[in-house]
Amino acid sequence: MVTRRRSEIVAESAIELVIRLCGISAIVFVFGIFFFVFREGAGFLFHGLNLREFFGSIEWYPTSESHVRYGVLALIAGTASVTMLAMAIAVPFGIGAAIFISEFCGGRLRETVKITIELLAAIPSVVWGFIGLTVMNPLIIRLFHVPIGLNVLNGGLILALMSVPVIVSIGEDALKAVPDSYREAALALGVTRWQMVYRVLLPAAKNGLLAAALLGVGRAVGETMAVLMATGHAVKIPTSVMDSVRTLTATVAAELGEAAVGSDHYQVLFIIGILLFSITFVVNLVADLVVRGIRAR
Amino acid sequence: MIHPAATRDGMFQATALTRRKARTEAIARSVFLAMTLLLVIPLILIVGYLIYQAWPILSLDFLLRNPRNGMRAGGVWAPLLGTLYLVVLSLVIATPIGVLAAVFLNEYARESWFTRVVNLAVVNLAGVPSIVHALFGLGAFVLFAHLGKSIIAASLTLAIMTLPVIIASTKEALAAVPIAFREACWNVGATRWQTIRHIVLPNSIGGILTGVILQVSRAAGETAPIMFTGAVFFKAIREGNPFAYGLFDQCMALSMHLFTISTQVPNVPAALPYGTAVVLLGMVLAVNALAIVVRVYLRARKKW
Repeated sequence: MVTRRRSEIVAESAIELVIRLCGISAIVFVFGIFFFVFREGAGFLFHGLNLREFFGSIEWYPTSESHVRYGVLALIAGTASVTMLAMAIAVPFGIGAAIFISEFCGGRLRETVKITIELLAAIPSVVWGFIGLTVMNPLIIRLFHVPIGLNVLNGGLILALMSVPVIVSIGEDALKAVPDSYREAALALGVTRWQMVYRVLLPAAKNGLLAAALLGVGRAVGETMAVLMATGHAVKIPTSVMDSVRTLTATVAAELGEAAVGSDHYQVLFIIGILLFSITFVVNLVADLVVRGIRAR
Repeated sequence: MIHPAATRDGMFQATALTRRKARTEAIARSVFLAMTLLLVIPLILIVGYLIYQAWPILSLDFLLRNPRNGMRAGGVWAPLLGTLYLVVLSLVIATPIGVLAAVFLNEYARESWFTRVVNLAVVNLAGVPSIVHALFGLGAFVLFAHLGKSIIAASLTLAIMTLPVIIASTKEALAAVPIAFREACWNVGATRWQTIRHIVLPNSIGGILTGVILQVSRAAGETAPIMFTGAVFFKAIREGNPFAYGLFDQCMALSMHLFTISTQVPNVPAALPYGTAVVLLGMVLAVNALAIVVRVYLRARKKW
C-alpha cells in the first residue's frame, strides 16, 4: 500500500482551500461592490439628502451656487424611455431571430448567423456611441427634419442592437430546452413549423423568453457610454422620441470626473450608483427565478 | 412525374387548406429571416462604413505615433499601449480566480442552496452596470486601497468586471469532460486536485481558452470602468518603447481616447476618430474571431 507523503496531504488541502476561496469570490465581489458604493454615498444618503426631492423632482442642478437640486426623476424618465424603446424593438426582433435560428434554419446558415450575432455583441459600447454620434445623428436629422439627432430614438435604436445578442442567445437556449418530443408530437399531427412554433414552442418556452427579455432590460438600463454619446444629454422628461434625454448612467459618467471627492454632488452620484445596482440586481434576480421556475417544473 | 390518374381523381392534389398552410409557413419563415437579417446587416454596414471613413489614415505610422497637437493629429500609440497594459494585467488577475471559481462550482460544490447563491452572484456580477463597476473601483481601489488613479487600480476593476465571462465559459468546458475520465483517475489513487490538474483541466483547456479570449475582448472595449480609475485624457509616452508605462502610472486607453476625441476635443479631423474606432473594433473583432476559430477547431478535434 502506498501512503501519501505528509507534504502532499498538506498541499492538497491548501489547494482545496484556495479553490474554495476563489469559489466564493463572486459573492465577495457582489457584496464588495454594494459595500464600497454604499460607503461613499452613505453619509449624504442619511444626512442631507431629501429623498422626496431625489425621487420626485425633475430639477437636477448639482453644481448650482444658490439653487442646488438633486432630483433624478427626469434621469429615471430618460433611462426608462430609452430602455422601453430599445425593448420594443429588441424583444420581438431578438425572439424572432432566436426562433429563426433554432427552428427555421440549420447547418451552415445557423452557424453563420450565430457567429455574426456573437460579433454584434462584441462591439464595444463606446464604438456604438460613436456610431450614434457620427452615423445615426445626421441620418435622423435628414430623415425626420429635426434640429438634433441625438435623442431617444437614436439611443433606443443603438441600445436595441446592443441588447439583441443577449435576448437571442438566452431565447435560443429557452427554445432548445423544450423537449423534442413536443415538436415530434406536433409535427405528427400534421402542423406546419409556424403552427408548431406559435402553438407549442412559444407557450412551452414562455418563461425562458421572459427571462431573455428581462436580461435585455438589465443590459439596456446599465449601458453607459453609448447612451452618454447618443442621447443628447438634456435633463428633461421626454414627450416624444425626438426629444433629447439623459440617463442615470450617463449622468454618473459625465459628472463624476468634475465632482470633488466627498462633496454632496459626488455622494449623490454614488447614490445613483446604488439605485442602478439595485435595479439591475432585482431584474437579474427575477430573471433567475423565472428560469429556475422552468427547471423546477 | 405524377401519374395522370392520380391527379385526375384528386388524390394528390393540394387542397385549399394545404395551400394556405404552405403560404403561412412561407410567410412566417421569411418574416423571421427578415428579422434576423435586420440584426445582421447593421453589423456589416457599420464595420464597412467605419473602415471606409478611416481608410486614408490607417497606416503603421498611425499605430506607432503618439497623439499630437492637442490630439488633433498623430496616431494612437499611447492609447494602444495603455489598452494592452490594462488587458494583460486584468487577464493575469482574472484568469486564475475565474478558472478556480469554476473548478469549485463544477468539481467541488454539491447541488445546494449555497451553490445556487454562488451561481446567482456570478449572474449578478455579470449584470452590474459598467458605471457601477467604475464607482466601485474608485471607492475600493483608488481611494480605500490608496492605489490612486493607476493602471493597477483600473486593471483590478476590469478584472472583477470580466470575471463572470471566464467563470461561465470555464464551467461549461469543465462540465463537458465526461465523468468517466475522473472516475478512472480516482480509481488509480489520484486525489481530487491531481485529477483536476492532470485530467480535467488539460481536457477542457480549449473551452477555458475561449473564455479567456472573450474576457480580453470585453476588457479591451470597456470605457466607463477605467475612466475614473486609471485612464486619462492625455499622456505622452516614449514612442516605440513597449515598457513606457509603470504599474502605478495613469495611462491612455483606446476606448477612452475614442470618447475624448469624438466628444471632448473640438476641431478634430474626421478621419482621426474613425481611425481610432477601427483600431479598437479591429482589435476586439480579431480577438473574438480567434475565440471562434479555437472553438471550431476544438470541436472538430474532440475525441469523445
